[in-house]
Amino acid sequence: MVITGYVLEIAQVILALLLAPGLAGFVRWLKARLQNRRGAPPWQPYFELRKLFGKEVVMSNNASWLFRIAPYIIFASTITVTLLVPMIVAPLALDGMGDLLMVVYLLLLGTFFLALAGLDPGTAFGGMGASREMTVAAIAEPTIALAIFGLALSAGSTNLGRIVTQELANTAVTLSPGHILAFVALFIVTLAETGRLPVDNPATHLELTMIHEAMILEYSGRYLALIEWASWLKLTIFFTLLSNLFVPWGIATTFDPAALAVAVIALIVKLAVLGGIIAVVETRVAKLRLFRVPELLGASFVLALLAVTSSFVLK
Amino acid sequence: MTIVLFLVMIAAYGFGAFVALLGGRGPIGRWLVAAGAVIGAGAGCAFGAVVIISGQPFTLSIPELLPIAGGLALRLDPLGAFFLVVIGVGAIPAAIYGAGYTKAYENGRASLRLLGVMFNLFLLAMSLVTLADNVLTFLLMWEGMSLTSYFLVITESSEDGTLRAGNWYAAMTHAGLALLLAAFVLLMNGGAGAFADLRSSAGTLSPEARNLIFVLALLGFGSKAGIVPLHVWLPRAHPAAPSHVSALMSGVMIKLGVYGLLRVALDLLGGGPSWWGALVLGLGVASALLGVLYALMEHDLKRLLAYHSVENIGIIFIGLGAGLIFHSSHLMTLAALGFIGGLYHTINHASFKGLLFLGAGSVLHATGTRNMEEMGGLIKRMPWTALFFLVGSAAISALPPLNGFASEWLVFQSLLGGLNLPAPEIALTIPLAVGMLALTSGLAAACFVKAFGISFLAIPRSHEAENAHESPLSMRVGMMILALACVALGLAPFAVVPVLGGVLAGLGGLPDTRPVFTLDLSVHAPAGFAQISPTWIALGLLILLVLVPLVMRFMRVNRKLRVGDTWGCGRIGQTPRMEYTATSFAEPLRRVFAELYRPTKELSIDFHPESKYFVKSIKYSSRITPLFDRVLYDPLLRLVQRISRQVRRIQAGSLHLYLMYVAVILILLLIAARWF
Repeated sequence: MVITGYVLEIAQVILALLLAPGLAGFVRWLKARLQNRRGAPPWQPYFELRKLFGKEVVMSNNASWLFRIAPYIIFASTITVTLLVPMIVAPLALDGMGDLLMVVYLLLLGTFFLALAGLDPGTAFGGMGASREMTVAAIAEPTIALAIFGLALSAGSTNLGRIVTQELANTAVTLSPGHILAFVALFIVTLAETGRLPVDNPATHLELTMIHEAMILEYSGRYLALIEWASWLKLTIFFTLLSNLFVPWGIATTFDPAALAVAVIALIVKLAVLGGIIAVVETRVAKLRLFRVPELLGASFVLALLAVTSSFVLK
Repeated sequence: MTIVLFLVMIAAYGFGAFVALLGGRGPIGRWLVAAGAVIGAGAGCAFGAVVIISGQPFTLSIPELLPIAGGLALRLDPLGAFFLVVIGVGAIPAAIYGAGYTKAYENGRASLRLLGVMFNLFLLAMSLVTLADNVLTFLLMWEGMSLTSYFLVITESSEDGTLRAGNWYAAMTHAGLALLLAAFVLLMNGGAGAFADLRSSAGTLSPEARNLIFVLALLGFGSKAGIVPLHVWLPRAHPAAPSHVSALMSGVMIKLGVYGLLRVALDLLGGGPSWWGALVLGLGVASALLGVLYALMEHDLKRLLAYHSVENIGIIFIGLGAGLIFHSSHLMTLAALGFIGGLYHTINHASFKGLLFLGAGSVLHATGTRNMEEMGGLIKRMPWTALFFLVGSAAISALPPLNGFASEWLVFQSLLGGLNLPAPEIALTIPLAVGMLALTSGLAAACFVKAFGISFLAIPRSHEAENAHESPLSMRVGMMILALACVALGLAPFAVVPVLGGVLAGLGGLPDTRPVFTLDLSVHAPAGFAQISPTWIALGLLILLVLVPLVMRFMRVNRKLRVGDTWGCGRIGQTPRMEYTATSFAEPLRRVFAELYRPTKELSIDFHPESKYFVKSIKYSSRITPLFDRVLYDPLLRLVQRISRQVRRIQAGSLHLYLMYVAVILILLLIAARWF
């Protein structure tokens, strides 16, 4: 039984790694369709990964060893997060290893090194991206903390497994106003943290408005592959958090094969629905000016604060 | 056992000071001075550890030494012992580092004799503060600590602005002392000053007196700790002092303000109403946020670190404030969690801030500048310093698995426990504190991307940075010890938390929480509220960092690497002028928080006389005056100056006039003595 738990952890990581490029490709494809374009097929990112892993790395002569280890740290920290987030089964065998705060700060570890790597080659673009990324990350932080607070308030824990099982046990919580407000707040933060419109445009390349793309401009070959894969994985993680922390139905609570199969299908459906929402949002809204982003995130902070207050009052 | 360690500590510091008095020059002299400090701090650390582990306080009373007000009374309980350990953690690496760092003063730029004597006496005075067991001893040692550190701040007195920084420090610290004096006089209430008596009689004081004592102590100790708005001396004094002294003052000395507050508010007064905690929490939030916001705008590396000390003291105060709030509601386990978070952050801050100041000192040593805009590319020229500074930066940004995360997690968890509070008006402010704490840690990460990225990465921005050199071995060893401490404290919260629980047991009626926070490889918040294990996370990260390249090799990923020019949009030849600067890095945040900063900008463009499409030169300057300088200290200073101008009128310089003043005062006093 214990062994099964650890095997499932590894299976979950592999599942997440396999799903992540597909999810990114699906969002791109759907977006293209919504905009009356043909678009590349949803499985295009898998080919991109294969292409990048087959290419040599060209590194700037200004860059240092930090530029070379950063992709590995970003990739490793993102995978460590997937060990903590319940995707198909809750609670996970390693649930006690970290809670939601650990998840947030492990992702911040990746962002920290990505921003440093952006500064390392000494280009103006890299510095610009690093500066903006850290600004957005810092301003998004309070919303995340308050959303966690709100969830912990109803579940009595910040550990993810406990939150999911508590919610499955008590379905009334799911539709409480606090819960819905927290979901909206976290959804806005997801847009900011994963570099989607209206905060950052993932389709942009070489524009003065770019954030994520500006930081990784000097990366190529296997390093770029790792960073891109990690960022798709981050999108998958945020989607999983949004779906499994707020609408946990379908997730397995035992290691029963049938339940697990249902859980995998439920996960894929939930990711696809959220991906669809993102595609619609990205088609409908224009990119915000950088200095309007704090207003958006400020609004999400207020929503999260309301979420906590209402959960507290209704408790 | 303990008495031996105590005597070794005193003797070693005495030896260090004595050697310094003889000159303390040359490699042998500097190393002997450092050896005194290292042995003294090591003995102090061991002394503290023995008291913490055994739980048996050490007592020593010498009434004959000072035959007034109870004489010299020393007692080391676990709380004091913990702070003695913190002193050791900060002082040992700083002293080793100092042996190499002070070589620069051999040319007579500063007095090595004064520096060595004061360094050892400073450590001794700080150690004795933690041991003091009556009011007289405490205040004497407190003042000794302030005076010796004042002399350390003005070590480089020939430099511009150093004496001014020293004046600020002396003024703030003595204002604090006056408040403390008042607090203790009220607390003594006419009785003797032994802490044991104060503890038993504190309950008989009126609530008003207790409140007044608390507020006075909070402000007095707060001025030492550097909470907003009493923090103004930190960004002035820390950059002026030699770097290993800055590391000690910022890493260790300001923590004694935390010690004093805990001693008076929790131990002697035994806790109070919930607004005490709310006040501490509010000051903590304000300090954390303003500290990091001003740090972001700072381009002087050491000033930046000084503002981060304000931030981290804020985080410690948030933990203490939460603890005091829970304490007043008799939620003792949660209270212990808040205090544990605060104390854990205390020792963590001593290690990573010490490390960062030593790193900044190495950079200063190598490039001769503290201005980040003139650095860059140092990671290739000073690889060890860069690595250690990176560890410190990640730790202070609360990135797991380093130590900053462990303590901030505990502070977060104690705040999350706020939903158990019976008083809704306070419980509803807790979410705001959570949000602000999260914002603080996000901004700190942004600030340290700036600090590390601009100083150490990319192309050197000046000739000095290009010719920088790695620091000598002694300085690297000093930094390495603290870097290892950051890692160890981050990996082992499961060992540290129960120790802190033991330290707090019994203070102000706190229970022994050692059985609550279980001693496996993870840390539990109370009642299974949450659980983390940084140890396993670190192991997971390490395995993945090895596994990913191995898998990539197995999958026959292309492993070729070519080094080429940075791509410059077709432009060839990249210069440092094209790099992002510290100012531009912080620009988005400066705009976001423009309401607070109120920056003044000055832009002058010199056009070519023929056409305004050709620009000859552009001059841009921008200044930010800190909020409290603007609204509090500038008016205060103007007031003081106006009063002193008035006072000058009676100082005509004539001796006869002064003699007459003396006579008049004497007569007035005689009349007063006759009447009253």
